[in-house]
Amino acid sequence: MNDENTNSQGDDMSTSTPSVLSSVAQNRAAHHEANSAPMGSGLEARGVHAWFGKHHALENVSLDFNPGTVTALIGPSGCGKSTFIRTLNRMHEFIPSAAMAGEVLLDGKDIYSSGIDVTQIRLKIGMVFQKPNPFPSMTIGQNVLAGLKLAQLKHDNKEELLEQSLTRAGLWNEVKDRLGVSAGGLSGGQQQRLCIARSLAVNPKVLLMDEPCSALDPGSTLRIEDTISELSKTMTIVIVTHNMQQAARVSDYTAFFLSDGGPGQMIEVGPTSEMFSRPRDQRTENYVSGRFG
Amino acid sequence: MTNLEASAVTPLTPWKATLNQRLFTVLLLAVAIALSYIVVAVTPMKGKLAYAFLFMLFSVGFQATHAGIKRGRTAAVDAIAGSIAVAGAVLVFTPVISLIFTTIIRGSKGLRVNTFTQTMEHAAMTDPISQGGLLHSLIGTLYLILIATVISLPLALLTALYLTEIKGRAAGFIQFLVQAMSGVPSIVAGVFIYAALLLTTSLHGSTIMGALPLAILMIPTVTRTAQEVLLLVPQDLREAGVALGATQWKTVATIVVPAARSGLITAVILGIARIAGETAPLLFTLGVSDKINWNPLNGGQSALPYYVWSGLGLGSPEAIQRAWTGILVLLMIVLVLFTAARILGREKK
Ligand SMILES: Nc1ncnc2c1ncn2[C@@H]1O[C@H](COP(=O)(O)OP(=O)(O)O)[C@@H](O)[C@H]1O
Ligand SMILES: [Mg+2]
Repeated sequence: MNDENTNSQGDDMSTSTPSVLSSVAQNRAAHHEANSAPMGSGLEARGVHAWFGKHHALENVSLDFNPGTVTALIGPSGCGKSTFIRTLNRMHEFIPSAAMAGEVLLDGKDIYSSGIDVTQIRLKIGMVFQKPNPFPSMTIGQNVLAGLKLAQLKHDNKEELLEQSLTRAGLWNEVKDRLGVSAGGLSGGQQQRLCIARSLAVNPKVLLMDEPCSALDPGSTLRIEDTISELSKTMTIVIVTHNMQQAARVSDYTAFFLSDGGPGQMIEVGPTSEMFSRPRDQRTENYVSGRFG
Repeated sequence: MTNLEASAVTPLTPWKATLNQRLFTVLLLAVAIALSYIVVAVTPMKGKLAYAFLFMLFSVGFQATHAGIKRGRTAAVDAIAGSIAVAGAVLVFTPVISLIFTTIIRGSKGLRVNTFTQTMEHAAMTDPISQGGLLHSLIGTLYLILIATVISLPLALLTALYLTEIKGRAAGFIQFLVQAMSGVPSIVAGVFIYAALLLTTSLHGSTIMGALPLAILMIPTVTRTAQEVLLLVPQDLREAGVALGATQWKTVATIVVPAARSGLITAVILGIARIAGETAPLLFTLGVSDKINWNPLNGGQSALPYYVWSGLGLGSPEAIQRAWTGILVLLMIVLVLFTAARILGREKK
């Protein structure tokens, strides 16, 4: 999926450590190949740089996300994972001093080219944030359907969309009897799944998730991972995670980011099983084996 | 068996003071009172202030010593800091309570049915209070509050949104203007409208002309409060809205403003509180009227602060009584508006 790093393939064989985790992802990758005809849209980042004022936060990242795959972005804090994921749906420009360079292609078209309607881009590329952020002034049901109102979309059967979105997010059974109450009363894990349902209701082709489980308990985390596996059948998913096991469990591909004090870079990307069993770069090896980060 | 044991356990609150400790505190305060009496009696210090000061000194000293002996130096410092905070609160609240109390006592003496049903059309301020009333001023004040709010609320809200959400090029300058405007003395606002609209044109004093300077005074108050409140809305929510494909305007209207709703209502309350009692800007702009004037565009109007001001100015016992009653009614109006706004602003459950 990305052949920029293949040149470094020769020097890594000695470091390969067979991992139990990787077999899970291997199975998922095999499963994906068996059921070809992926859904969702492809996303390609080409030479993406990002700045905050003068601070160069991200340098020359090229990464392809194939339709219907789950890609995990891993790396130590501050290496630019969030910055990168936010360039993918043009949320980066929400920060006043921000600047960027490079291209991000959605189905072959650059989302940064002039004449592109940015609201349409964000509609197609949904986002789930690190901290659950349901809208406080709305009920559970209103939260799920908020996207329709916000993006001024029409939908014939709102009841159905509501149930469908909540079911896909794995929350329907828990909230179906209290759709009219404020979302503030839900647990953190439920709120996060509500936010996933809210993103799904506008039917995005790509879903970006920035550490969606970092504020959650293990039980909720597992439920969200199930949700991700379920969703990956119909959409392209990019997930930032600090949890190596999670990356192994849910993703087909893993990209490792690192900053050596300067701007963050993508060190390598590959099928998740390979990244965890025989990474090509020594720094990836150190990171996935827990020697730093 | 565990069940039985569980029900035998009584719920306790060991962190609260016991009856004995409370009694001891009361005793300490009693001794402090007694001591201050003695000190005032034997020294040349005189007056209520001396009592209050000595009592404060003794009670803080006793409590600190007591806490120090029982629980050490840190506890003594804690007791002193706690007492100073309480003393500060008392100091602030005393004049407020005294003011409200005096107004209620003195104002209620002039409350009659005719106070609310009659005007001063056929009575003079110096007549017995069984004649005439302040209905016309009451209506005038409500009119003024309504019109000033209708004018200033949209302007203030839009300004606040411009400053917090759009943060446009002119934001710095407008912020400066808003700050400068909140320092404008109320009489200057009145003179400004007088000079700009009444002196140079054929317009005369009327309700709307009176409401204009009030709106000038209300805008900065509402703007600044609304701004504070909007800044409290987490950035997360704005991002979540935009990430769902909303325009900025849509996000602000459907998420940010509703999330800040109760705070925005507080902003309006503060704005109304700012203007309800203003007299000075009305002197040049409102005209005069001793009867009900339903037409806000034409003819003089009355207002409660103006009624109070003229009553106090006349100085006869009846006129002064009317003034106190006017203050009480004004206080009640503000209270009713506050309560109504609070109920309106309550979060839906
Ligand atoms: N809003 C911002 N303003 C300025 N610098 C920022 C901002 N957000 C992130 N950065 C900087 O960009 C770099 C990458 O941050 P981030 O993408 O959040 O890292 P990660 O998500 O991998 O932990 C860090 O050095 C961080 O300090
Ligand atoms: Mg991050």
